[in-house]
Amino acid sequence: MPTLRSRLGTATLVAVPLVVLVAFFLYPVSGMIGRGFWTDGSFDPGGVLDVLGRDRVHRVVWFTLWSAGLSTALAVVLGVPSAYVLHRLSFGGQRILRTLIVVPFVLPTVVVGVAFRQLIAPSGLLGGLNLDGTATAIIAALVFFNVSVVVRTVGSFWEGLDRRTEEAAAALGASPLRVFGTITLPALLPSIASAASVVFLFCSTSFGIVLTLGGLRYANVETEIYQLTTQDLDLQAAAALSVLQIAVITALLVISHRTRRNAPALTRAAERGRRPAVRDLPLLLWTAAVIALLVTPLTTLLVSSLRIDGAWSLANYRALQTTGAHNALLVTASSALAHSLEIAVQAAAFALVLGTVVAFLVSRRPRSRAVRRASGVFDGVFMLPLGVSAVTLGFGFLITLNKPPLDLRSSSLLIPIAQAMVALPLVVRTVAPVLSSIDPRQREAAASLGAGPLRVLLSVDLPYAWRALVAATGFAFAVSLGEFGATSFLSRDDNPTLPVVIFRLIGRPGAENFGMALAASVVLAAATGIVMLLVERFRVGSVGAF
Amino acid sequence: MEDLEVSGLTVRFDGTTAVDGVDLVLPAGSVTAVLGPSGCGKSTLLRAIAGLEQPASGSVVYAGQDLARVPTHRRGFALMFQDGQLFPHQDVASNVGYPLRLRRVPGQQRAERVEELLDLVGLAGFGDRMPATLSGGERQRVALARSLAVQPRLLLLDEPLSALDRGLRERLAGDLHDILRRAGTTTLLVTHDHEEAFAIADRMAVMREGRIVQVGDLAAVWEHPADAWSARFLGYAEVLTGAQAELLRGLIDPAATWSAVALRRSALEIDPSGPLAAQVVSARVSPEQVRLVLDVDGLGRLAAVADPGHPARAGERVRVGVRTDRLAPLG
Repeated sequence: MPTLRSRLGTATLVAVPLVVLVAFFLYPVSGMIGRGFWTDGSFDPGGVLDVLGRDRVHRVVWFTLWSAGLSTALAVVLGVPSAYVLHRLSFGGQRILRTLIVVPFVLPTVVVGVAFRQLIAPSGLLGGLNLDGTATAIIAALVFFNVSVVVRTVGSFWEGLDRRTEEAAAALGASPLRVFGTITLPALLPSIASAASVVFLFCSTSFGIVLTLGGLRYANVETEIYQLTTQDLDLQAAAALSVLQIAVITALLVISHRTRRNAPALTRAAERGRRPAVRDLPLLLWTAAVIALLVTPLTTLLVSSLRIDGAWSLANYRALQTTGAHNALLVTASSALAHSLEIAVQAAAFALVLGTVVAFLVSRRPRSRAVRRASGVFDGVFMLPLGVSAVTLGFGFLITLNKPPLDLRSSSLLIPIAQAMVALPLVVRTVAPVLSSIDPRQREAAASLGAGPLRVLLSVDLPYAWRALVAATGFAFAVSLGEFGATSFLSRDDNPTLPVVIFRLIGRPGAENFGMALAASVVLAAATGIVMLLVERFRVGSVGAF
Repeated sequence: MEDLEVSGLTVRFDGTTAVDGVDLVLPAGSVTAVLGPSGCGKSTLLRAIAGLEQPASGSVVYAGQDLARVPTHRRGFALMFQDGQLFPHQDVASNVGYPLRLRRVPGQQRAERVEELLDLVGLAGFGDRMPATLSGGERQRVALARSLAVQPRLLLLDEPLSALDRGLRERLAGDLHDILRRAGTTTLLVTHDHEEAFAIADRMAVMREGRIVQVGDLAAVWEHPADAWSARFLGYAEVLTGAQAELLRGLIDPAATWSAVALRRSALEIDPSGPLAAQVVSARVSPEQVRLVLDVDGLGRLAAVADPGHPARAGERVRVGVRTDRLAPLG
């Protein structure tokens, strides 16, 4: 029975993350958008509408939509069979492959961009195809990046499906293909739809990849906002695009939330997958091809970072101790790495605390319909950072958090906070499913035996959730290590993060600088990869699943 | 004076009333069963008493203290679920010792008490097993030991035996009966299985659509079901009304005034000197008795039994006797 104290406790739990979200997400984002609507102190929505009529804007929006749509379709087609092989079958080395497939998702976008540039460069493996600066290259990189989302989301769901339903259909005389079509696929659809909507979201808001691979010809809404704010100083147009993006993405999040709500709660598969049989061969080959596609750019990156003028060399790595050729940087790449690590620790801690509170709240199953609805909205609001352009967020930070009441311009916490906002939805999505899979009667049994609310958390929730908490922390750490969109606005030249350094290096002339970018990319990829490898050891199915 | 008194308790969920103005007194030391079909609100009643549901109105009073503002963990009750809800990450001893740790009972004393409790539920030596390695019955015993660990003021059992198979259920029901008497714990159990209620409780409340329709000592409720519905739910096989009830009344107790009667399956039995005549519709042999369906002249199709020594065949004409201790007049 809610006493006054427990009501106060809940109110505090709801208020703290909300206040943080308002201060460090809604306020900056609306500040950025407000700049577009108020020109010279007067409200001018007409100017924003004019922007949406521009030809260039039409081109940008169209490219965003079709590139994201095509990438999503390809990611689903490539990912679903692999989800089956990696989550429904059982064979040696499967865990390593599962880890491998999740690594691209946490790779910093600039690293993926650099890897693909190296792959399609005239000297690269695919140099003969003349893909440099084409839409094909962008789409390939987007697919590379997002296949893992499909595999993880659909795979963890597939793993939890009760096989007996399929066995019952087979026993009634359905062929394997028919079982798949009539039983398995309909059951999987919610998870496929959920994965597809998230992938579309990531593709349409992709920043680092389009910026590094798009060259002068291709821009999506995200890079266009960056271009408009930093180069053209056309805040009105940038705001217009931000509003458009937020509208579309909110709609997508609502759809994604609906499909997730219809999906059954995460269940742990009681049985192991079966051994692969001969009839699985096509799917195994398909998966092998997908993995090869994922490995190739990374191998190319690694190999090229070790080659200088046709010979093996560690010079690119040694150069990380320097500021680059022609002093391309103000600080050494290695000190940028140290700075990145420090920020990532802070951001991960921040995202963990906040995300756990949110996950705790949204995982309760209140009886009252009104409270349930409120909880759904609460959940959705904290997913917003997933969809709002990191560029909008970064620029919003820059223009709103520089004066009272929130003057954080010179605070070293500015970047960690921004990155924590970006990682927050991922923490919530990792922890919440685990918390909601706990039978509420476990908590009730503990309470009836005399455990107070805090004690229930420690003795019931924590033993279930600690793996997910550790995994979510690692995940958040990896994501902030590679965060580029928001950081690119907030990081100062005398104290940059490693992704910013990489972007700077590839923009500077000189093979030495590009070689150094390759080496830095490998280091960054290795750092995020190792973290994900550790995370994977905790076997939390909800990591990277949506 | 350590009774639990529930008065006018009502619990609503989004407009539907799950518990509707329930009054119930649990005398100290008694074992009361709330018997009702699934969905009748009995589990909600239990949860409201435990403090897990907020009542729309009414009160729960223990030993004179209104519990409205007392949260679950301060009520000093213990709740045991159908499937035990052991903490899967703790071994048996830790599960049983959990409420003791909450009350900061020192280690040595705790270990002794856990041992004693495991002994009480017949699981001595199971302390270091993990819940996943236990059978359903063993898990329920551990859950019971855990619930009894700190001598709760009130023990709440939610269908404690329903998840178990039949043989185990019967044995555990007997054990539970003895353990509760030995511990002297005031107990409220909810169940949909009248046999479970009979095996464990000494008082019974019959619940239907959120209301208590009948409450009293086990024997009293059993012998005088409130109405036809209660009689059926208590395990009576047939209810006769109107002309059929009259015919039967004329045969066994002409002076009585009841107009309806509930019959157990064994109320009618093959008896060469019995007052009724019938044709056997079907006969099925079970280890204890032969279960028959008879077409009784004037009464219609009714269940009956026969001694395995005198099997009756379908189609045969037989005489039928009435056991008056196996039927219950209704109003």
